[in-house]
Amino acid sequence: MKTDPQQTEADVVQPPTLPLGQALGTWGKRNLFSTWYNSLLTLFCLWALAWIGTGLYQWVTTQAQWAVVGVNLRLFLVGRFPARLNWRLWVVLLLIVFTLSLTWGVMQRLNQWAVVTLGMVVLGAMTFVWMAAGGRDPTLWVLGMGGGAIASLWVGMQIRTHRWGQRLGRGLPVLWFAAFFTVLWLLSGGWGLAPVSTSLWNGLLLTLLMAGVSIALSFPIGVLLALGRRSDLPVIRTLCVLYIEMIRGLPLIGILFMAQVMLPLVLPIQVQLDSVLRAIAGLTLFSAAYLAENVRGGLQSIPKGQMEAAQALGFHGALILWLIVLPQALRAVIPAIVGQFIGLFKDTSLLSIVGLVELTGIARSILSQPQFLGRYAEVYLFIAVIYWLFCYLMSVGSRRLEQQLG
Amino acid sequence: MGVKFKGQWWHQPRVWRWGGQAGVVLLVVLAALYLGTNLTQNLQRLNLQLGFDFLQSQAGFGIGETSVDYRPTDPYAWALWVGLLNSLRVIGAGLVLTTMVGITIGVARLSDNWLVRQLALLYVETLRNTPLLLQLLFWYFALFLGLPPLSDRLQLPGPIYLSNQGISLPWPHATAATFTWAIVLGIGGAIAFSLWRRLTQRQIEQGQAGQLILWPWVVLAIAVGLAWALTRRGPVVWDLPQVVNNTQVQGGLQLSSEFATLLLGLTLYTAAFIAEIVRAGITAVAKGQWEAARALGLKSSTTLRLVVFPQALRVIVPPLTSQYLNLAKNSSLAIAIGYPDVYAVASTTFNQTGKAVEVLLLLMVTYLTISLLIALVMNWYNRRIQLVER
Repeated sequence: MKTDPQQTEADVVQPPTLPLGQALGTWGKRNLFSTWYNSLLTLFCLWALAWIGTGLYQWVTTQAQWAVVGVNLRLFLVGRFPARLNWRLWVVLLLIVFTLSLTWGVMQRLNQWAVVTLGMVVLGAMTFVWMAAGGRDPTLWVLGMGGGAIASLWVGMQIRTHRWGQRLGRGLPVLWFAAFFTVLWLLSGGWGLAPVSTSLWNGLLLTLLMAGVSIALSFPIGVLLALGRRSDLPVIRTLCVLYIEMIRGLPLIGILFMAQVMLPLVLPIQVQLDSVLRAIAGLTLFSAAYLAENVRGGLQSIPKGQMEAAQALGFHGALILWLIVLPQALRAVIPAIVGQFIGLFKDTSLLSIVGLVELTGIARSILSQPQFLGRYAEVYLFIAVIYWLFCYLMSVGSRRLEQQLG
Repeated sequence: MGVKFKGQWWHQPRVWRWGGQAGVVLLVVLAALYLGTNLTQNLQRLNLQLGFDFLQSQAGFGIGETSVDYRPTDPYAWALWVGLLNSLRVIGAGLVLTTMVGITIGVARLSDNWLVRQLALLYVETLRNTPLLLQLLFWYFALFLGLPPLSDRLQLPGPIYLSNQGISLPWPHATAATFTWAIVLGIGGAIAFSLWRRLTQRQIEQGQAGQLILWPWVVLAIAVGLAWALTRRGPVVWDLPQVVNNTQVQGGLQLSSEFATLLLGLTLYTAAFIAEIVRAGITAVAKGQWEAARALGLKSSTTLRLVVFPQALRVIVPPLTSQYLNLAKNSSLAIAIGYPDVYAVASTTFNQTGKAVEVLLLLMVTYLTISLLIALVMNWYNRRIQLVER
């Protein structure tokens, strides 16, 4: 819908510009006071806004005691992760920021959205480092992160324009795969690093980790289930339908309970899963069923002609699926998958009921600190803002993606 | 199909298809056997037996609020039933309220009033992007438990009392007069309805508006007058809540803080999603429909009600169904704020008896049944409103 800028200047007749007061008046009359009930509604809304606004302002500035947030900032973000191992968290962040910038550089032209999005991610990571530093000076890390992001964006763009860019670009999934396992290694330790018990993974760190790992694991399962549900083999279809519908009929908290209590019962006694792993299993089983339904929508949107054309060219069944159907189907459901990721991100709060100390869980345990008893509103509002920021930014991103794909 | 397949038997697709499926079945059976064996071994080790006998033994725990008679000496089965009734109560009320709030916000999102539009957007974006559990915790701990005690209660017109013990509302009670009112109004309503249909029919046939359309209202008014004359009192008696000694409330409808929190939380959260569904449904109706209705001289509110909304419903109902299902499933978050729904009672039962498998099976059956019932009703409704094409 872009118009030529020169044309708008010259050819389009501009409405006469009104003085600001008059323009506001016309705007208000059209948008706020067009009819008598609209005027009433406007007045009512203004009154309600003023009432809530002044109440909130008074509460925030006079009654609320924000010390509970300030003192526990590190706990909220990374929980009881040992402060002397901070560098491992920062390396994790660096890794994510680098990989993201590199991917962006390879995939996309440098436009304002790239700058804004990456800038926000880097800023977020920097804020995270700053807030969770726990008394150690993080300046160097913060600077490194910003510089590194710009550098890897530049490298990514070089790769894109390079002769072998296409071939190098195909290595990106491998890079993400490697990054994923490196992150897990850095967090849990072992193989030369001091081990960190999963019970020390708390706060926002655990929330992000659980959501990320669960969606990554549930992706292949969900795609398989969706294919199974569309299969013309009755046994496989029935099994997939049974699984999907059963999981979707149960509340998540029931499935998490099942994962916590039943998994140890149905596994041999030698296998001991800690509660984080069990929770990941529960979330993955849950999210796979919903993902399958999303992917199924994508599969249904592929016209039959695509498959027939591929068959006519002599492609084999599995090859058609892998090269023709899945790429198109998955691209079509990216927004839905982002939506599901947002849902899963919010759903991780339920883990606090089964005893994990993620963001909601750490809020509840902070609220039981004797000096901060009863500071519910402050703590819950603070973590609500964190949840909101993540979910809102993701949903904005998803909407943009939808426009780009659509 | 008529073509005869030539070649070795293992080249036949049919063999592969059935062989593959048999393989999958075999795998599933083997996995089930493996897990089952582990389960029996683990249960033996923990000295637990499978079986639903425990349902008959004494529960021994109290339930904070019940809609039927319950004592801690009652068996587990009864406790679970009481929990189920509590769940159904909150789900039923939640579905009705969330639909009303959701449609209101959804229509407000499309209002021609800028301020209303922005406020509705603010509502949707705030509620949709924070976890429901967090909202429940916030409403419960920061709002309801932060209310003043009963002695300093807040009073709204009605009277409605708000305190940290919960909400008390006036509630209608049926009397002998209610029956008479129902019969008289029923008959009057039926006459008025048939009259209205005949008059509308005549209007359509003659092609002109007439004042005869007022007659059904006259009939209704006569029916109300008659009922009043017969009973000399209103159709219901309003039972008003009364505060006794500043320590307890008697009469009226009492909602505990837990119930009120859960209802409020579920309603507001689900309404944000329903609002977006309603908005999408209304925008999906072709613009020409609005213009055609306006050309016929319909008001914009009438257009919305009679022309646009029925068509939007076809787009709205399928995703609405899944929101209803979500609300029903999310009611299990009651456990976080201590409302004794079926999940919370089952959880207590498990803690006391250690019967993980049985409790889980009961929970699965319960929630699957609830989900299935909602889905059945909504699918029936969906079929009814779909466009009937020739």
